[in-house]
Amino acid sequence: MGELTQDQFVGFYRTMRTIRRFEQRVVELVNRNDIPGAAHEYVGEEAVATGVCHALRPDDVITSTHRGHGHILAKGGDPRRMMAELMGKSTGYNRGRGGSMHIADLELGIFGANGIVGAGAPIACGAAMAAKLKGRDGVAVSFFGDGATNQGVLLEALNLAAIWKLPVVFVCENNGYAISASIREMSPLQRLADRAPAFGMPGDSVDGMDVLAVHEGASRVVARARAGGGPSFLECLTYRFVGHFTAEKALGIKYRSDEEIEEWRQRDPLVTYPAWLRERGICDPARVDAEVEAVLEEAVAFARQSPLPAPEEALDGMYATTYPGLPARGW
Amino acid sequence: MREMRYLEAMREGLFEEMRRDPSIIVIGEDVRHSLRGLTKGIISEFGPARIYDTPISEAAFTGLATGAALAGMRPVVEYQINALLFVAFDQLVDQAQKLRYMMGGQGTIPVTYVITASGARRALAGQHSDHLYPLMLHMGMKTVMPTTVEDAKGLFKAAIREDDPVMVFSPAALLATKGPVPDGDYITPLGRARVAREGTDLTIVAVGPLVPEALAAAETLAAEGISAEVIDPRSLLPLDTGTLLGSARKTGRVVLFDDSNRTCGFAAELAALFADQAWEALRAPVRRITRADVPVPFSGPLESYVLPSRERLLDACRACRAGVRA
Repeated sequence: MGELTQDQFVGFYRTMRTIRRFEQRVVELVNRNDIPGAAHEYVGEEAVATGVCHALRPDDVITSTHRGHGHILAKGGDPRRMMAELMGKSTGYNRGRGGSMHIADLELGIFGANGIVGAGAPIACGAAMAAKLKGRDGVAVSFFGDGATNQGVLLEALNLAAIWKLPVVFVCENNGYAISASIREMSPLQRLADRAPAFGMPGDSVDGMDVLAVHEGASRVVARARAGGGPSFLECLTYRFVGHFTAEKALGIKYRSDEEIEEWRQRDPLVTYPAWLRERGICDPARVDAEVEAVLEEAVAFARQSPLPAPEEALDGMYATTYPGLPARGW
Repeated sequence: MREMRYLEAMREGLFEEMRRDPSIIVIGEDVRHSLRGLTKGIISEFGPARIYDTPISEAAFTGLATGAALAGMRPVVEYQINALLFVAFDQLVDQAQKLRYMMGGQGTIPVTYVITASGARRALAGQHSDHLYPLMLHMGMKTVMPTTVEDAKGLFKAAIREDDPVMVFSPAALLATKGPVPDGDYITPLGRARVAREGTDLTIVAVGPLVPEALAAAETLAAEGISAEVIDPRSLLPLDTGTLLGSARKTGRVVLFDDSNRTCGFAAELAALFADQAWEALRAPVRRITRADVPVPFSGPLESYVLPSRERLLDACRACRAGVRA
């Protein structure tokens, strides 16, 4: 960790704080119906996206999940265009076609959040293969949760990456639950990283509540991939402090004890990390907080002021090359 | 013009495109040894960096093609049978086909999927005999089904050059057929139907492996004094509705000869098209000859019973012409 600069330490905090406050603003906006539908909050898991994405270069690729806001912000996504997308505005990243679960910015190497569990894994493999074929040393990261480790396409993707030695890092955000299903009931393994050796790749498990531990672990496997060493599996042990999605409260379901939630909250990276920064005299986190508030304030204002798309735009952009009658009219 | 076999023409088209565009890679099961022959000899010309024999992981290699395409490659993915589309379906339609739209028009996904030997090949039963083009059309995927040797090459090359996902169905029944192929570089553009035979009394719209059957039926009908026009849509999406409707307006009678299942099949969609847009010209109800809504059975008599046949087409055409129910 000696090689990390003061700017990097501060940068980690800025990213984590941006994610936390972004998600809190999202919940407020969902509750006020300014954001339609629901969103899957990343609250509690900020250290994972931050630690991993800060180990990447701008030309590296990520694929994300239904709980994707954190990954996108950490990879450099513009909070204004994200917020506009969540509100269904035409200035949003996806021009209002995707919403929370599908934000993408190909220029930033964000090959999309994804509404289907595990679906991004082979797409990341393809991006990695393209980088290799073009003679570039780019790396692709596939983010997924503990639930995805039981999804066939993810297991297939692990094997493809291994046999072709693709520069991919499989980042498993193990928050313990696939919606209400505890991973303890859904896998006999204590450590999900133990699946990796069966695919012929290293599997490591790190504390996903500690951004420095995540960054260290991610930097190691990203460097390995970049140097041609092939894929790795990085399990990050983390927790979501809130429900699976914003509507969960209304469902009245309970699958985690208050004690368990409280235990994990004691390890909140948005509490422990700024305290550490203060102790070490690296920075005054309150100043970062103020910057973040200003950025998010502007993002919300931008989104609010942006126009909704014209209804007939719904038929645009399906094809790169269009033909008469495509998509069919007169429906 | 040269005389070639359908599959040879496709192979020539693939090799020509790969020579022209270094971003084309080929992904699929057994592509190096090439069970069907589409990629025979490919490894010696293009080398291992462009040819990927995959494990039995249809979903993953389909998704891999999507990611590679978004990152600037132009993958050609081969499936050996239709049923593999079921295995890969999320990656095909929920990812490859939807992503560009869902990302607000960002990027392109120029993947060509080719099913070399699609449809029923006799005595292979229900999981190896499907012809699933209606599923792809339903999900908005560009889809072609060449029936002549010229189009086998021309439509395949056009599909590879498209910047969107395109599914190419190459009917098993046609792979060994011979026909003329133009010299030099050419494509058959998407979205243009082919009038396979001109006629004045009724229109047969025939799909894929049924086109030669329809032409043979038209010959029989001619001897009976019925002049049948045979249309080969060949590009199912985009569909050349102008040529189809023009023929229907000319003849006033339409018989659909389709190799998909009856319920929600391609013929059902075409029947709706004619009802919507050629109603005033129709002098008889539109008739459909399709597959039965059961898995294709193994035993010969059962199999023949459920697949669309020339005999049933002839009956339908005669009844249509006479204005009676078949």
